[in-house]
Amino acid sequence: MSFSWTRVRAIFIKELRDYRRNRFVVGTMTVLPLLFIILPLIQVFNAYAHVDSTNLNLHVGLSMLYMLVIPAFLPSTLSAYSVVGEREQGTLEPVLITPIRREEFLVGKALAAFVPTLIIAYVVFGIFLAAATLFARPAIASAIWSGTHVLVQLLFTPLLAGWGIWIGIAVSARSTDVRVAQQLSMLGSLPLLAVLALISLNVITVSSGLAIGLAAVLLAIDLLAWRVVAAMFDRERLITGKRA
Amino acid sequence: MTSKPANQATSRAEPITDGLALESPKGESALVVEHLTKRFGERVAFDDVSFEVGYGEVFGFLGPNGAGKTTTVRTLGTLLEPTSGSATVAGIELCPENGPAIRSRISIMPESPGLYLRLTVLENLECFAGLYELNNVRWRIERALRAVNLEDRANDQCGSLSKGLRQRVALARALLNDPSVLFLDEPTSGLDPVASREVHGLIASLRERGVTIFLTTHRLEEAERLCHRVAILNTTLRLIGRPDELRDQLFSRSLDVRIRMPLEEPNAVLRGLPGVEGWRQTPSGYTLAVTDPEIAAPQVARALVGAGAEILSIAESRHSLEDVYLELIDEDVEARRR
Repeated sequence: MSFSWTRVRAIFIKELRDYRRNRFVVGTMTVLPLLFIILPLIQVFNAYAHVDSTNLNLHVGLSMLYMLVIPAFLPSTLSAYSVVGEREQGTLEPVLITPIRREEFLVGKALAAFVPTLIIAYVVFGIFLAAATLFARPAIASAIWSGTHVLVQLLFTPLLAGWGIWIGIAVSARSTDVRVAQQLSMLGSLPLLAVLALISLNVITVSSGLAIGLAAVLLAIDLLAWRVVAAMFDRERLITGKRA
Repeated sequence: MTSKPANQATSRAEPITDGLALESPKGESALVVEHLTKRFGERVAFDDVSFEVGYGEVFGFLGPNGAGKTTTVRTLGTLLEPTSGSATVAGIELCPENGPAIRSRISIMPESPGLYLRLTVLENLECFAGLYELNNVRWRIERALRAVNLEDRANDQCGSLSKGLRQRVALARALLNDPSVLFLDEPTSGLDPVASREVHGLIASLRERGVTIFLTTHRLEEAERLCHRVAILNTTLRLIGRPDELRDQLFSRSLDVRIRMPLEEPNAVLRGLPGVEGWRQTPSGYTLAVTDPEIAAPQVARALVGAGAEILSIAESRHSLEDVYLELIDEDVEARRR
């Protein structure tokens, strides 16, 4: 029996249906993006036209950083629920006794957190770019479009989401409480966000080439994280809390 | 209570032959378990368990809490890896590589229904149809819902259903893939008598349709009513067979005699009667150990009438499966004390 996208799809659709009726998830998916579109817009609209280029970049970098919080925290919150949530509901065992493989289960869960996050993060970023271009001072709009800000945002949004998801699932597979899992997985997303903060705030200056190189490294880390999480996903441990 | 020593059920039980279609077209058994053991560190969940279940058979797996019933089901369902021993499930050898293949041919209904409560009945079943990669999903779901009499609740959110209805949805889910072996783990646990009766009715209808069912329970009347054969597990397999066979294995056959006044010399009346092996006095008369109640009863009646006794009734003692179960479990408790 080989990897089945039908089973991945079954998990993916089930997750989306479940999210739709989960008030906590709907709340998180609404409030977090709303918050992190308002804050960066305040940041760019409040920047004065006469500020020097360093301060201008700082304003723009800070706005961009706010938007990276969405792919950092939203998927980790969702995926932290993925295993421990099923266990709390008593639904994990019925799923694990179907022919599903652990890789299919994990990919289904990961996609269900990844796709909404990516859509929300890019839509929020699109709104930000449109608003800044149309309504911010020309110097600010120009600073946003110059340099590597947009490239970093586009490249690192899915990669940051990927990292958050695997951290969330890894924590979820070992946790017994949903809230603890969510808090720990958000903490796990912080180190990567810190590195991106240094880039966004120009503490680390990156060229386009370096940004692409860093993205490649992050992609490799995400793939490695997937393998590690898949290896951690032991049916016996998940069912009994003990290793085989 | 007159009892025989319990036979240790270490050997494979004989398949029952009461006209049921027990064999698959290939002549295989649905389950063959040989010396299977599962330990969690030092703790033994079940030890050296061997039995065989034929296709179309309803096999009861009884035992007290912590006896290893659920762990056995999980092991046969490839959720847990056995420590030693071997098994064949639905014709496939039990090993980690065969996990997905085995799981595609069986279904397990766990003790807790485990439904997605925010999803509707239909959405729950659609998800599991996808996990089994089934074709004709709509038709299969309709058929499964029809089997559990829930066609009109397909669009209800599972969270709004009663416990009994949730259990029926879980049963519909377990039937989706036409399993070769259906494992039901305590299917009536926590249900009220009405809901339990409904589940019993559903299991009985599956039995009529020739579905192979492995039923774990500690409700003995449930096992006695529904199962062709039962096994009693208390970490090790204590006994296996048809409920009436188990009664005969464990208890002497006996007659309960009720008379108005006790006999003056019971030994003189009852001793030496054909088919009577012994007797003991009870508050309302006597209990006689007999080889065959049908031969002994007329002899006893004649002897009592001859002795001037007023007979109120003579009846064969019927030991229930519960008596068998309690006898075995009591033996285990006493053995542990020793």
